[in-house]
Amino acid sequence: MTQDLRAILIELGITGLIAAALVFPLITLRTIDSFEGLTINARWLPSVLAVALVVLGRFGLILLRYERSAIALAGGAAAMLAAAYAWSSDLPLSKLFEVFLFAGGLFLFARAAIQWLVIARGVERARIDTARADAALALRRAIPLAAAVVVVFVAFLPWLPFSSIYMLDVGILILTYVLLGWGLNIIVGYAGLLDLGYVAFYAVGAYAYAIFAVNFGLSFWWCLPLAGLLAGISGLILGFPVLRLRGDYFAIVTLGFGEIVRLVLINWSAVTRGPDGISSIPRPSLFGVAEFNKRATGDLPLFHEMLGIPFSPEHRIIFLYYLVFTLSALVAIFTLRIRTLPIGRAWEALREDDIASASLGLNRTRIKLVAFGISAAWGGFAGAFFATRQGFISPESFTFIESAIVLSIVVLGGMGSLVGIAIAAALLIGLPEVFRELSEFRMVAYGGGLVLIMVWRPRGLLSFREPSVRLFDRRGRMRFAAEGYAVGDSPLAAPAPTTATATAMTAAPAAPATGGGAVGEGSVVRQKPTGSKG
Amino acid sequence: MISGDGEGGSVEMETETTAAASAAVSATATAAATATATAAATTTAPDALLTVEHLSIRFGGLLAVDDLSFSALPGEITAIIGPNGAGKTTVFNCLTGFYSPDVGRLLMRHSDGAEVYLERLESDQIARRGRLARTFQNVRLFPRMTVLENLLVAQHAELMRGSLYTVGGLFSLPSYRRAQQAAVEKACRYLNLVGLLSRADEEAGALAHGAQRRLEIARALCSDPVLLCLDEPAAGLNPSESKTLRHFLRRICEEEGLAILLIEHDMGVVMGISDHIVVLDYGRKISEGTPEEVAGDPRVIAAYLGEEDADDGSTSSTAATA
Amino acid sequence: MAYFLQQLINGVTLGSVYGLIAIGYTMVYGIIGMINFAHGEIYMIGAFVAVIAFTLFAGFSFFAALLLVLVFAMLVSGFYGWTVERLAYRPLRHSFRLAPLISAIGMSIFLQNFVQLAQGARNKPIPPKVQGGFTLLNDGGFAVQISYLQIGIIVLTIMLMVGLNGVIHTTSLGRRQRACEQDKVMASLLGVDVDRTVSVTFVTGAVLAALAGVMVTLYYGVVDFFIGFHAGIKAFTAAVLGGIGSVHGAMLGGLLIGLIEAFWAGYFLTEWKDVAAFSILVMVLIFRPSGIFGHPEVEKI
Repeated sequence: MTQDLRAILIELGITGLIAAALVFPLITLRTIDSFEGLTINARWLPSVLAVALVVLGRFGLILLRYERSAIALAGGAAAMLAAAYAWSSDLPLSKLFEVFLFAGGLFLFARAAIQWLVIARGVERARIDTARADAALALRRAIPLAAAVVVVFVAFLPWLPFSSIYMLDVGILILTYVLLGWGLNIIVGYAGLLDLGYVAFYAVGAYAYAIFAVNFGLSFWWCLPLAGLLAGISGLILGFPVLRLRGDYFAIVTLGFGEIVRLVLINWSAVTRGPDGISSIPRPSLFGVAEFNKRATGDLPLFHEMLGIPFSPEHRIIFLYYLVFTLSALVAIFTLRIRTLPIGRAWEALREDDIASASLGLNRTRIKLVAFGISAAWGGFAGAFFATRQGFISPESFTFIESAIVLSIVVLGGMGSLVGIAIAAALLIGLPEVFRELSEFRMVAYGGGLVLIMVWRPRGLLSFREPSVRLFDRRGRMRFAAEGYAVGDSPLAAPAPTTATATAMTAAPAAPATGGGAVGEGSVVRQKPTGSKG
Repeated sequence: MISGDGEGGSVEMETETTAAASAAVSATATAAATATATAAATTTAPDALLTVEHLSIRFGGLLAVDDLSFSALPGEITAIIGPNGAGKTTVFNCLTGFYSPDVGRLLMRHSDGAEVYLERLESDQIARRGRLARTFQNVRLFPRMTVLENLLVAQHAELMRGSLYTVGGLFSLPSYRRAQQAAVEKACRYLNLVGLLSRADEEAGALAHGAQRRLEIARALCSDPVLLCLDEPAAGLNPSESKTLRHFLRRICEEEGLAILLIEHDMGVVMGISDHIVVLDYGRKISEGTPEEVAGDPRVIAAYLGEEDADDGSTSSTAATA
Repeated sequence: MAYFLQQLINGVTLGSVYGLIAIGYTMVYGIIGMINFAHGEIYMIGAFVAVIAFTLFAGFSFFAALLLVLVFAMLVSGFYGWTVERLAYRPLRHSFRLAPLISAIGMSIFLQNFVQLAQGARNKPIPPKVQGGFTLLNDGGFAVQISYLQIGIIVLTIMLMVGLNGVIHTTSLGRRQRACEQDKVMASLLGVDVDRTVSVTFVTGAVLAALAGVMVTLYYGVVDFFIGFHAGIKAFTAAVLGGIGSVHGAMLGGLLIGLIEAFWAGYFLTEWKDVAAFSILVMVLIFRPSGIFGHPEVEKI
């Protein structure tokens, strides 16, 4: 036991030393500008807190390893309580430390609880696993309903009593990222290609919209499809040479493209107005019928005058909200539909095994190109919407970080799951709005989050995949078998008894006495007797 | 029950090979002579479905396939055998367009008279225009997709046409619904044939190894081939599965009018069902002919016995024939 | 001619730095087949630590300070390299193929913003430490100069390259590394501690990146938290250009990228020099992904 104690202390000591080596130089020794150039302003508290946090975390893991679940349980609870207390009081600790302490405590508590159930209460591991699987299945079944409820809620949000302009603004922001996430999902989630330059298409859409609207005076309803089209075409052009590359090279090349597009935006001043960006981009009108300004600027009548209500800036926000909601809904419907079509299945087949796909006659480049084009077009729509909402765009808005945020949304949500991506967008975009105090830690959290998701849940929050087509319905009846399905029609089936020969490969033909379906992997139990026409 | 079945299978397998062997032994010299004779003759068979002429491919310093010529006839099973590393899978990869040969002509002559030169095509064009489907030595399914979806991917071209290249499918036009119905029916037929119909909605990756191999064959069949290339279909199967497979291959070959090109180490399978065997060693063809002829060819025996540490079944069964 | 020579000198200096960073990419790629996207950030941390240490040791004589700074930067970067591998990559060694890359991107974003939070978003300038140099040539009023610093950077890089080459080809550590590159399973069966070898590789790469960071700090005299991203991509381009997995290739690729950038900036438009670098990356990956020294991969089927 003492030996164990020594080992534990050594382990904790090493952990603490490494943590100190990592945080001390960068956090404690903070350089600040002064009159004599840089000077060091030593900050000890944050480093000490960070090291303490790491050591405590390691100690929690050690407790779990030694199966001291009771102590771990208490420790986890204590950490959460302490964090909650520190958050509400005004102790001179950082809020970040409190958040981490709470999260660590929660994690330890949950793990310790499971361990305690297994060890102390003798609950079998298998039972916990089954319970988990059951819960997962229940969740999976509940998703369509939950999604419907959320859609209804989102649709009526502007009319709910507690809604405010601020909420709608955040809602618009979240929905923009949902749109981007769903667009990127086609290429990352379905086709399995890691596109690190998605922001390029977002930028093309935004700039196309801005340039058409400002220079040619085209209305929003012309510019939107044009922006999508241009982004889609740029996707095809950029995609064509790179789609043959292997996974990681593809990722880096798309990253390069993203940066090239941004640098072109900065340097091609004649068209893009360089780093200053394009301002006073026209706002969308109500389908060319009325506009949302306070005073008339063009030929269109004003919305509030038309309805005879007092002017309110809220009108435009509500309109923008419904605009992005409609765009998202269209993209969602399109995506759900195309996933069940042959092209959608081909994307997934390429993701699963592109060599097998080629051997079955799938033209890899063309299929990926379609995915790339569609994905880019959605990015372009999102960009156009972004431009019209902001009224101002500049290359600043289209850095790699933007690509990384959208990628985090797709990865966290579970590549391929629309619902998961929507949840992830709400979390990643909405949470920093809620925790404004911590908003400066947003990017650190995204980065760390990506790592944690990959390590703990590489398939994302909602990781299950709904088949694009099912042969059997829930009650085990065969769909699609209504008319023509006929076992006996098989040219391989001998004219003799259908049941025995139909399953040529499971039933040993040398022993027809075994009677077909009974042999092998439980083979065809569900055969339709109506099938044999011959 | 299962083990008994398995033993029965292997016993029968042995008797078959010994029968072949005794036939060969009875006419050793003549068999060897005819083997070489047919080797020369078959390369130019006019009714051949697939004609391979002077195929060579080199990887760095290694001549993986060296001036190989053979042909495959419609409705026949042609086996390519040889010790490990003899270049068998490389031949398949050349045929299916994954490697481009340095020299050689790979000609598919279809029954309607169309001629397709495989070496000029990309692998996906080979599958569509050459109507050649293959399976892989290490099963390559789409593991996270269901069994049925795997088979639908194999019918991509028809389904694309049916969906009017996605446009019609988006609006669920009747033409797409019909195409999908037909595709599912076709899939069901082959699933039934390989005994996986009841598992159509399961993830392909969750199937047992034997079932995965069968699914891969069914998937290849779904793509409507005239030539089916099977890379070690019996690898990892138990004796009873392997016996069933033998019967199955013979049937699809005869009843669908398909030609099969087979790489296999299980000599029971090879000797039992092949019409024609090509033997490779170090990338070169060392013998060709009927199973009897090949089994009696001293060069084949030497190639197999020369490799004393070869641990595949081939050594023992060929040794038994000698 | 004189102008050409000056750009050549600048290009070789820049190329040495890229080459040192590129070695980290290429060694990690060689041993575990992943693009360590966070490597550029390790270099950035090295540069930052150099700034911090130079400020901290401001009272020391230059050589004493330089020695301390080098040790400090190498140590801290080495720790970061080790920790990044341990936390973000090792658990993913058997995950799906893109998982380590996504994790690495996360790590890169994390480190970049961590340093920004810890040290502030502003540029960090330090006073010039080494001044002066030789005038090689005076051609009609244009003096071709090579500064002591440039000489120092080039000489140190050459020494490091020779040293590294020796380590890889003669020591048992190098042998273990090469063994793991070929076949990790077999290497571990033969008693090579694969995890440890991978860790050592990461630390080696990080230390070289830290040296590059110190040199850049001295050379440009200013550092910001964003330098890792662009330098990382250029160094990666260098690694790919030379043939990823090959240490010589990384050095040669680094030199080429440095020269291309210097000449582009010298003869064409400075603003487009990054576009040129990225375009080379794209071109090389599309047309010759195996690079100069790499072997084309045969797809295993």
